[in-house]
Amino acid sequence: MAINIRKLPKEKYVMPGNAACPGCPETMGFRYLGMALGDKAVVVIPAGCSSVIQGMWPRQGWGLPVLNIVFAAGASAASGLARALRRRGVDAQVVVWAGDGGTADIGLQALSAAAERGEDIIYICVDNEAYMNTGIQRSGLTPYGAWTTTTHRGKKEFKKPMPQIVAAHRVPYVATASVGYPWDFIAKLRKAASIRGFKYIHLHAPCPVGWRFDSSLTARIAQLAVETGMWILYEYENGRLRLNPPSNRLLDPSKRKPVEEYLKLQGRFRHLTEEDIKKIYEEIEANWREIRAMLKLQELEEQDKL
Amino acid sequence: MVTSLRGNEAVAYAAKLARVEVVAAYPITPQTIIVEKIDELISSGEMDADFIDVESEHSALAAAYGAAAGGVRAFTATSSHGLAYMYEMLWWTAGSRIPLVMAVVTRAIGPPWNIHVEHADIMSTRDTGWLISMAENNQEALDLTIMMFRVTEDPRVYLPGIVGLDGFILSHTVEPVELPDQETVDEFLPPRRQPYVIQPREKIAMGNLVPDEYFEELRMDMHRSMARAREVIREAGREYGKLTGRSYESLIDCYRCSDADVLVAGIGSWMGDAKIAADMLREKGIRAGVLRLRWIRPFPWEEVREAAIGKKLVAVMDRSISFGHAGPLFLELSSALEARPSMVGVPAGIGGVDISYEDIASIVEHAYSLVEEEGRVYIPAYWYHLGKFHPMPPLEHPVRGEKLREARR
Ligand code: SF4
Repeated sequence: MAINIRKLPKEKYVMPGNAACPGCPETMGFRYLGMALGDKAVVVIPAGCSSVIQGMWPRQGWGLPVLNIVFAAGASAASGLARALRRRGVDAQVVVWAGDGGTADIGLQALSAAAERGEDIIYICVDNEAYMNTGIQRSGLTPYGAWTTTTHRGKKEFKKPMPQIVAAHRVPYVATASVGYPWDFIAKLRKAASIRGFKYIHLHAPCPVGWRFDSSLTARIAQLAVETGMWILYEYENGRLRLNPPSNRLLDPSKRKPVEEYLKLQGRFRHLTEEDIKKIYEEIEANWREIRAMLKLQELEEQDKL
Repeated sequence: MVTSLRGNEAVAYAAKLARVEVVAAYPITPQTIIVEKIDELISSGEMDADFIDVESEHSALAAAYGAAAGGVRAFTATSSHGLAYMYEMLWWTAGSRIPLVMAVVTRAIGPPWNIHVEHADIMSTRDTGWLISMAENNQEALDLTIMMFRVTEDPRVYLPGIVGLDGFILSHTVEPVELPDQETVDEFLPPRRQPYVIQPREKIAMGNLVPDEYFEELRMDMHRSMARAREVIREAGREYGKLTGRSYESLIDCYRCSDADVLVAGIGSWMGDAKIAADMLREKGIRAGVLRLRWIRPFPWEEVREAAIGKKLVAVMDRSISFGHAGPLFLELSSALEARPSMVGVPAGIGGVDISYEDIASIVEHAYSLVEEEGRVYIPAYWYHLGKFHPMPPLEHPVRGEKLREARR
C-alpha cells in the first residue's frame, strides 16, 4: 500500500478559484481522487456542495469530466453512464461523488439498487454530516448531539450506519476513509478501481462552515475524529473486515484520545451536556463492539479452517 | 414484413430496429410488455443491448439519461404514476439537450386506482421540453418511435422525445403491423449524434450552475429548437414515407377536412373511431372531418389553423382535464385558433370509459346543433359522461341562447 508522493500525478484536478469555502474538505478529497485515478475518472455529482464548488459556467472548478445529476439519481445515472462507456469500449472509471444527504437519505434507494445490481462503479459518500449547501440542515448522517439549523437543540438520533448498510449488500469492496488520511484514501481508491463491480468508499469530511470550526483545522479535526474513535478506518474486501492504521490500534479504548478533544473544537457541539457526552462515548463503544465481534468471528472461522 | 403485434410489442421492435444500446426500465401496467419484449429480444440474442432493471422510474430515466450522456442510444418506457415519478428527470434530460426516446403508454393517475386510459400523464409532460407525439394505431406507434430517434438526434433539435400510445386500447391490442427491415431503418437512421459526450479526458461539466441570463437564454434556445423541430419532423416523415410507403410528413392527420363544416379534434386511438363517426355523420348530411394531432410538442399550430379555416365548429375531444379550466387539448387548440370557429371542448372517456364511434357522432351532432341554433358558441368544458352532457364551469361562458342554460338546469 506504500504510496510515494513523488510518483503521484502533478496534474491538477481541482482548479484554483473554485467556489468552495476556505478549508473545504470536499476540495481536499477531490484532489486525492484525481491523484488516485487520474484521467480515467468520470464523475457523477448529485446535488450538493460539489455541484456548487464547480462555480458558474463557463468556469469549471473540477478538472475531470462531470455529469451533474438530480439529488436522488447519483447511482442510477452512473449505472447508465458506466454501461454506455463499457459498450463503447472506453477505458473509464465512473465515480459517484455524493454528499451524505444524496447518499443516506434521498439517494439511498438508487444506491442500494445499483449495489444489488453490481454496477461497475465507485460510489463515494463525501460525508460532511449535514445538508451544508442548503444551509446546514440535519441529514441521516448527522451525528448525535450535533446542532444544525433543523436540530437547534442537538440531534437526538445516531448516525445511520451507511458502510454497514452497503456492506450488507455483499458488494466486493466497502471502505471508510477520511480527508485527514490522504494516503489511506488514495490507496483505497486505487484498490477499488482494480476491482470489478460495485465499490463504496465513505469519506469523512469535516466542514468548517457547518461544524463551526476554524477553517485552518479541517485536517486536524478529521484526524481527531479517527484518533478519538469517533470515525473508524476499515475496509470490507469480499466481506472480510480489516482495520486500517491508525484505527487498528484503537480497539483498546485506552489508546483512544478523549472524545472531548474532538468535540470542543466544534461550535456544533458547544451545547452538549455531560449526559450527551456519555451517550457519545456509549455510541463509540457500540461501534467498536461491532467491529470487535466481527473480527473475532473471522478469527474463529479461520481457526475452524485450520 | 407484415405481422400481428400488440402496440407494446411494436414499440419494442422499433427500439430494436433503432439499434438502441441501453434500456433502463421499471414495470408498470400497461407498459410492462414493452420492456418484457425487449428483455426477451436481448436474451435471445436478437437485440444487442444492455438492459438495466432499475428499482424505480426515477432511476429508469436517470440510468437511460446517464447512458445517453455516455454516447449511446438509450430508451425507456413508462406510464401514469411511473411518469409522474420521473417528472424531475424529464426536466433534467431536456434541459441537458440529451436525445433520448421514451414510450408513454397512457393511463389514468390515481387515486382512485385505475389502470385504464387517460391522457393526464402524457399531457402533464408538455412543459418539460420533450418532443411529444401520439400514435393512433400500432403501426404508427412503431413508425413514430423509429422516427423519434432521428428527430431528437438532429443537431437542429437535440431534445428528448416521447411517443404516446393508449393504454390497453393499443398497448394490449393485436393489429397487423408492417415491420420495416433493418436495412431500411439503418438507411433512415444515421449513427447517433449528440451535443456532448461525457467520457474520460473530456473536461466538461453537464448540468452545472449558470448565471441567470444564460439560463434564460438556454430556455429561449430550447423553445427555438422546438420550432425548428417542425421542419425536421416534416423532413424525416417525408423520407420515412419514401422508404416505407408510409409518410408522416404532416404533424397532423386530417381526415375529410377540406370540405368539412365540423371538425372533431383530438389525439390518440379514439380518433380512429372519430373517422368512422365522420363518415356516419356525412351520411346524415353533416359534413364532418377529423383533425388528429400526431404531435403535441412542437405544437402544430400552422397546420391546425390551416385545417380550421372556414369551419363552423371544432369539437375538441379531451381524455383529461385541467381542473378548474378545460381539457388541455381544448386550451391548446383554442389558443391556436383564437376561438374563431365555434369551439366546444368535450372531456370524455377518462379512466378508460368506453367511447364508441356512435358516441362521438352524437357528441358532434349535439354540438353542431348548438351552433346551428345559437350561432357562434364557445364552450370550454362540456363533459360527456355515459351518454349525457354535463356543462362544467365557467358557467357564465359567452354562449348565446337557451339550449345550454336548459341543459344546466
Ligand atoms: S459548506 Fe463545507 S463542504 Fe460545503 S463547500 Fe463549504 S466547506 Fe465545503
